[in-house]
Amino acid sequence: MAGAPAPKPASATPPPPPRSVPPPPPKPAVPAPKGSSKTIKLRIGRYRPERSAEPFYQEFTIPYRDDMVVLDALNYIKDRIDPTLAYRWSCRMGICGSCGADVEGSPKLTCALYLKDLRKSPVTIEPLANFAVLKDLIVDIEPFMEKLESVNPYIVRGDEKPIERGEYRQTPEELELYRQQSLCINCMLCYAACPVYGHDEKFLGPAASALALRYEMDSRDQGSEERLAAVATSHGIWQCTFVGECSVVCPKHVDPAGAIQQLKARAATRLMRSMLLPLSTR
Amino acid sequence: MERLAYDIVIVGGGAAGLRGAIAAAETSRALRIAIVSKVYPMRSHTVSAEGGTAAVLRDYDSFDSHGFDTVKGSDFLADQDVVEFFVRRAPGEVIQMEHWGCPWSREPDGRVAVRAFGGMSVKRTAFAADKVGFHMLHTLFQTSLKYENIERFDEWFVTQILAEGGKVAGVAALELRSGTIHAIAAKAVILSTGGAGRVYEFTTNGAIKTGDGMALAYRAGAPLKDMEFLQFHPTCLPGTGILITEAARGEGGYLVNNKGERFLKKYVPEKMELGPRDILSRSIIQEIREGRGFDGPYGHYVGLDLRHLGEEVIDRKLPMVRELSEEYAGIDPVHELIPVRPGQHYIMGGVHTDITGSTGMAGLYAAGEAACVSINGANRLGSNSLSECLVFGAEAGRSAAAYALTQGPVGSNPVTALAKAEETRIFDGLLKREGGESLADVRREMQHAMEEHVGIYRSAEALEKALSLLRELRKRFDRVGVRDKDPFFNTELTATLELDFMLDLAEVIANAALLRKESRGAHSRTDYPKRDDANFLAHSMAFRTATGPRYETKPVTITKWPPAARVY
Repeated sequence: MAGAPAPKPASATPPPPPRSVPPPPPKPAVPAPKGSSKTIKLRIGRYRPERSAEPFYQEFTIPYRDDMVVLDALNYIKDRIDPTLAYRWSCRMGICGSCGADVEGSPKLTCALYLKDLRKSPVTIEPLANFAVLKDLIVDIEPFMEKLESVNPYIVRGDEKPIERGEYRQTPEELELYRQQSLCINCMLCYAACPVYGHDEKFLGPAASALALRYEMDSRDQGSEERLAAVATSHGIWQCTFVGECSVVCPKHVDPAGAIQQLKARAATRLMRSMLLPLSTR
Repeated sequence: MERLAYDIVIVGGGAAGLRGAIAAAETSRALRIAIVSKVYPMRSHTVSAEGGTAAVLRDYDSFDSHGFDTVKGSDFLADQDVVEFFVRRAPGEVIQMEHWGCPWSREPDGRVAVRAFGGMSVKRTAFAADKVGFHMLHTLFQTSLKYENIERFDEWFVTQILAEGGKVAGVAALELRSGTIHAIAAKAVILSTGGAGRVYEFTTNGAIKTGDGMALAYRAGAPLKDMEFLQFHPTCLPGTGILITEAARGEGGYLVNNKGERFLKKYVPEKMELGPRDILSRSIIQEIREGRGFDGPYGHYVGLDLRHLGEEVIDRKLPMVRELSEEYAGIDPVHELIPVRPGQHYIMGGVHTDITGSTGMAGLYAAGEAACVSINGANRLGSNSLSECLVFGAEAGRSAAAYALTQGPVGSNPVTALAKAEETRIFDGLLKREGGESLADVRREMQHAMEEHVGIYRSAEALEKALSLLRELRKRFDRVGVRDKDPFFNTELTATLELDFMLDLAEVIANAALLRKESRGAHSRTDYPKRDDANFLAHSMAFRTATGPRYETKPVTITKWPPAARVY
């Protein structure tokens, strides 16, 4: 649970947010603008619930530099053309996970995508697909936060060693078993790319599953039983059809698709054990 | 207006805030704790810390060694009783993080690994590759989810500390999603909102680091301490200011000038690349001024050379350095020099607290970069800040919990009426304001003034200039109009509130720098180039008045390390 249980005054309650605007049909690429006096067009999917029930597109033309990332373009617009444009960002170095958006129909970190690499104008920027839009590029991530919490994403132990007795030893090889899954920055690009999540918003989804595996594979953890039960529900890992787009778009190479397959194997083993072994030894 | 009530409200959900929340939650299950943050906790700027967390973890090390390194690094301005407490608590905190699942890098035998760091005389910096802040933040955040008595208010922006009779009564907060102001009553409030790097133009800090907690405390009447001390990190990517971790040098990287020389041999021959940050940043500026920098589209820079470390070491120990260099500088450090120059990174000053995290105002606590408990003095050593967030985050959490347990119910306190006034100020004042000034212009000019005149080198003339520019900018701020009139998720409105805070802090920083007529640590006055213990071995304390900051001094606590010349 995050945020307040507080009821809001009716006047401040936004209308139910629509799902993101669908991606526009692909267009032929045009050559990248070159030189310092060039400009580039941005076509931004906007949604202003207090003004209009429908999302719309707005075009902006801004000066172009070869070293501009998409986020620089958004900041240029906000600072110099339209301060009402709403989006999230902070670290601008690909680690805080705030600035995801669909760029040309693909989920991207806007701070880590160079305009020059897109080689086109206008560049279309829209809120992450598959999420409810709150305003302009800001999407509702509360459903994701609930999924993240649901997998018990912490070390569970029956016995807790006193701090004075030092660390739990963990070899570099043991660390390597979960290191990849520990790199998730919760940017949610994988959810925007996931077709299963696209039609079942209750689906646990890629990042939360990868996080479950991260703790499953940690030599310090003893919480496997409950965690596997939490991921193997009717909206859990079995829904994944292994399309693999989540792993393609992941900016940190977490490979959530692979993680879900590993979880399936572990959950299956657990199920077999529970069917084959007498109750007392489970 | 909805009135919420908690025993403890923690403003900010980075390392210090989360550690404080857990410490308070563990003190008593009866305490109800709220973390109120303007971003989801995992977005907090702790996430960008790279290099490591200092603690005495080896037999070859000692508390005295870590303590002395810290005090010497601080140019003897740190409070030594606090430093002694800090170094004793740090190892337990690193181990606690380990028990909570932090993926620390390991020695072959399974112990938490340590690396060398600037100003530390032995290897004592625990690390998780070079994404230490990221891993600590996610570990703390995920662990905090276990505690039923911790609740969160994500994307709620605290605009004011509410107080009655000099005692904390709660906070007023703007819920971004609904665009409404809420009153949150509290017995105790902990400020853990991080630093204020966005006061500067060229900074490693993320967009959210606007010094909110410092300004909130200052406006509530609590003093800010040692605000003249800003750390400029030696190695940032030109253009963006993205940080290249000190661990790159801890693992053996070189700094070179345009002649290919390791120029630090002229400045810090004993320590070379592992000298403290203040001295290294000045050395780089000196080298550039004497014409031995490289030229680039974003000005002059020097080179950080990792090539001799080899691809395997870089990928295993410094993967983020390679990632950032490739993505944001277009170079591969396995084969090329990384272009670097100094940039604002950290503020040693902050909300004054004692060793328990108390600000002196009843019920108000602070921890982490937002606070100045004073282990960093005039210059922080790399990898002490993450340890500080843990040690003093936990301490502030426990202190606030102990205090809250002695207080009666918050039932009768007048927060709703107080927050009503805040609601009027924001929605009838700021939001409706029409004006020709641009928020972004005022902010950009403030950042430029601070960069130009309150940077690595300072002088009375430059600081006076900065103050006069800041006075003008404050007047212009009053004419900034907010164009987005929708209360709901209004990021223009929050940016305006942030700039309001930053203008207060810029004034405090520049004034404090003007008053300190000596050079100490990161504060370098060209007109007063020497340290002056006779007159300035003291903390500065800034109090808000109607006409600007009023300053007092506070003696430095010295226990076992008498001030001596700082030579490396």
